Amino acid sequence: MKSAVIVFPGSNRDRDMQYALTRITGDAPQMIWHAEPTLPPLDLIVLPGGFSYGDYLRTGAIAARSPVMRAVADAAAKGVPVLGVCNGFQILCEAGLLPGILMRNASLRFICRDVHLRVETADSPFTRAYAKGDVFRTPVAHGEGNYTADAETLARLNGEDRVAFRYVTAAGEATAEANANGSVENIAGILSDRRNVLGLMPHPENMIEPAHGNTGGRRLFESLTHTLVAA
Amino acid sequence: MSSASPIAAEPTITPALVAEHGLKPDEYQRILALIGREPTITELGIFSAMWNEHCSYKSSKRWLRTLPTRGPRVVYGPGENAGVVDIGDGQVVVFKMESHNHPSYIEPYQGAATGVGGILRDVFTMGARPIAAMNALFFGAPDHPKTQHLVSGVVGGIGGYGNSFGVPTIAGMVMFDPRYNGNILVNAFAAGLADRDAIFTSQAEGIGRPVVYLGSKTGRDGIHGATMASAAFGGEDSDEKRPTVQVGDPFAEKLLLEACLELMASGAVVAIQDMGAAGLTSSAVEMGAKGNLGIRLDLDRVPTREERMTAYEMMLSESQERMLMVLHADKEAEAAAIFRKWGLDFAIVGETTDDLRFRIIHGGHEVANLPIKDLGDQAPEYDRPWEAPEAHAPVLADTLAEPADYGATLLKLIGSPDVASRRWVWEQYDHLVQGNTVQRPGGDAGVVRIDGTTKALAFTTDVTPRYCAADPFEGAKQAVAETWRNLSAVGAEPLAITDNLNFGNPERPAIMGEFVAAIRGIDAACRALAYPVVSGNVSLYNETDGVGIPPTPTIGGVGLLPDHRAMATVALKTEGEAILLIGADGHHLGRSIYLRDVAGRDEGAPPPVDLDAERAAGDLVRRLIRQGKVTACHDISDGGLIVAVAEMAMAGGVGAIVTAPGGVNRLGWLFGEDQARYVVTCRPEDAAAILEAAGLAGVPGRSIGLTGGDSVGVAGLFGVSLAKLRAAHENWFPSMMAAG
Repeated sequence: MKSAVIVFPGSNRDRDMQYALTRITGDAPQMIWHAEPTLPPLDLIVLPGGFSYGDYLRTGAIAARSPVMRAVADAAAKGVPVLGVCNGFQILCEAGLLPGILMRNASLRFICRDVHLRVETADSPFTRAYAKGDVFRTPVAHGEGNYTADAETLARLNGEDRVAFRYVTAAGEATAEANANGSVENIAGILSDRRNVLGLMPHPENMIEPAHGNTGGRRLFESLTHTLVAA
Repeated sequence: MSSASPIAAEPTITPALVAEHGLKPDEYQRILALIGREPTITELGIFSAMWNEHCSYKSSKRWLRTLPTRGPRVVYGPGENAGVVDIGDGQVVVFKMESHNHPSYIEPYQGAATGVGGILRDVFTMGARPIAAMNALFFGAPDHPKTQHLVSGVVGGIGGYGNSFGVPTIAGMVMFDPRYNGNILVNAFAAGLADRDAIFTSQAEGIGRPVVYLGSKTGRDGIHGATMASAAFGGEDSDEKRPTVQVGDPFAEKLLLEACLELMASGAVVAIQDMGAAGLTSSAVEMGAKGNLGIRLDLDRVPTREERMTAYEMMLSESQERMLMVLHADKEAEAAAIFRKWGLDFAIVGETTDDLRFRIIHGGHEVANLPIKDLGDQAPEYDRPWEAPEAHAPVLADTLAEPADYGATLLKLIGSPDVASRRWVWEQYDHLVQGNTVQRPGGDAGVVRIDGTTKALAFTTDVTPRYCAADPFEGAKQAVAETWRNLSAVGAEPLAITDNLNFGNPERPAIMGEFVAAIRGIDAACRALAYPVVSGNVSLYNETDGVGIPPTPTIGGVGLLPDHRAMATVALKTEGEAILLIGADGHHLGRSIYLRDVAGRDEGAPPPVDLDAERAAGDLVRRLIRQGKVTACHDISDGGLIVAVAEMAMAGGVGAIVTAPGGVNRLGWLFGEDQARYVVTCRPEDAAAILEAAGLAGVPGRSIGLTGGDSVGVAGLFGVSLAKLRAAHENWFPSMMAAG
């Protein structure tokens, strides 16, 4: 699988993503500097976690206007899967590739802890190895992951089966206590209208092997591998 | 001698000006004798920066020299930016701890943030990529009016910097004591990984090589005594005063990290030094003096973010995220391209010379011309008078009445300020970034695996100020021993320590006596445990209104696991396992949490540390863990045995019932803080073999109970549900922070 991880100056989970893709897909991704105006043909583009430009303005706001983002948008328009994790999700929203925004956590504090996610749809290149309703554990690490969108957008996301993940309890219930950051309707990740762009706040790349304490994030990457895509 | 030509605004050097620079009259005489003339104001600033306590260690140096700093794995001990220890396979771990106490009290968020930034720079200056961070925080009483604000700011600042930079903050400690009310302590630790043959130091080589400035621009922030100095220079600048606390920019630091590592890999770097305390001055002097070279700096080429900065201000600025390097002359263009890629300021600001002088040119004038080696070598050194601390009698359990309700007592201790869960703190730190965290905060040590291997490094930071206040010698021994124990408790081989020595005013003989005793305690423990000191930092004058802090020699310990899959954690794993006490029965309650927080008496001698027993118990436990015989392990520290068992039960969600052996004093057995002890669990069929191994190793041990159920208790005495324990343990910190 030909994948690429876009590296912004303040990306800091780019290596984590590189490791996860290499381990699970068997192919090392290309690491592409944000100043590149063009991209080679790819099967997957990943915008990793971090603080792309320090995020002193709004998270992802400057990165969304980075040279490489035009090429990312073009690829997304052609149907190339684009995955944005944490800061990558924030950048996708700022760039208009996904609707809605990510505000400061309701607690007003950065939060690093494991959460449980419920798979809301298996109909996407990122979730097809899961079954709808599956619950898995994976960590969050962010200060601004409080997803919100206007009522019309939410209705569309729900109506078009584009909510990919929600924060839930271990038993799979979307309660207020399970909602790590105050996101509307416990939303942790969403898909684009063509279902080839996924943004999510949690870090599946940090939960892929027994040393991480759990392998709940692994299937997201397995969904993306050729064998499963072909199946 | 080539005289320094005065510039228009050059003020007269008066005794008052000398005093305002923190230089004593005899120290000023020493300067006059050294240079044979009156210094310029810039030179006076340089001397004050180089000869202050922070940079020169003038009160502590003669004692620091006595510590053991060598060992078979030590590559670089104290004297470099950080200690360097071999971990095999051509790799080294590079680490250090440093305080940022005063700035954090004045402006907690930025003070703590820049403390983290400074220690990270110390590590990557040596060519190591940071892989772990920790911090030891000491606040005043929880109900003191400033505590909430300080905790919130310090924790926010540490998280704000480390999270953005991208280093996992995987361990640490937080303590409360009213003696820190007016003087909190923020000790930040960082560790990095490098190849042994790719370590960089500050030692310059070669004449006529470019001295290069890299990183953020220089501003007027952090100038010591800058307010005074700028007023003295010219009246119209008085509105240009800046607070002496610097502002951190973790994004700039991340760029600096990547640019430095890329530059080092390119082969362009001869020597490198970060600009920390006393910025441009100490970094340039360090590079020249270590390399037996002179340095000439042209300040007109230094990138500045404010106009009309004087030479004095530029030489003393402590603006953050800056580096000074000596490069190979033919690599300049390649280096410039790397800096540009990362969008960093880059300027050739000087060159190495053969005259052993430190020359500063500004506006075409030479504003300083000093003997570069003497700035460091000839710094004053004091053997300050000291008084031995007064000894206290031990408090043994049989002199105390038993509590009416043991269950309520355990609950109280589990939710007490120094025992309660620190989750509120460490959930604000990204402890997972880099994807290598294999043991998270909340256990005995944080553990990160090493990329591409099964090896892992363990990290812990420890000190018990209430012990140190009562007996600095035993307290310092205990701090070293506890780090050694915490590393052993996860299965790691303790490698070496970094020490962060926080004390009051050394000019008081009683305080100096605490310092001397603590050094002797560290020395004794490090020698007995073959556990050298490879880096450290001394922070003196920690006092407010004449009241000093308790002596606080914080120790950061680093250990190595050959295989992280054989690591132990504190969490009980399953029902029906045997619980063993490794080490002697407890009875020592002096300075215990029980005595202070339940009996209301902060009295007695702290528990003494028998270093031979410590070593025997630790070596045994580590061996058992590596043999896979231990299913959970926790050292016994604050609160004693039953608190350790309760912490293990809460972590695993499995209850535990222990039985007090006949003939022991129950109070001391449950709550005594005797040292060199662990609680371990094992499959029931392995218990006899483990106790036999303990016997052979000369380590006391006994089977004390079984895991299971949903409560923690002592057979025939009490039981408290896990739910109640967890509520008390988890709620204390958030409630304290939410209190109005």
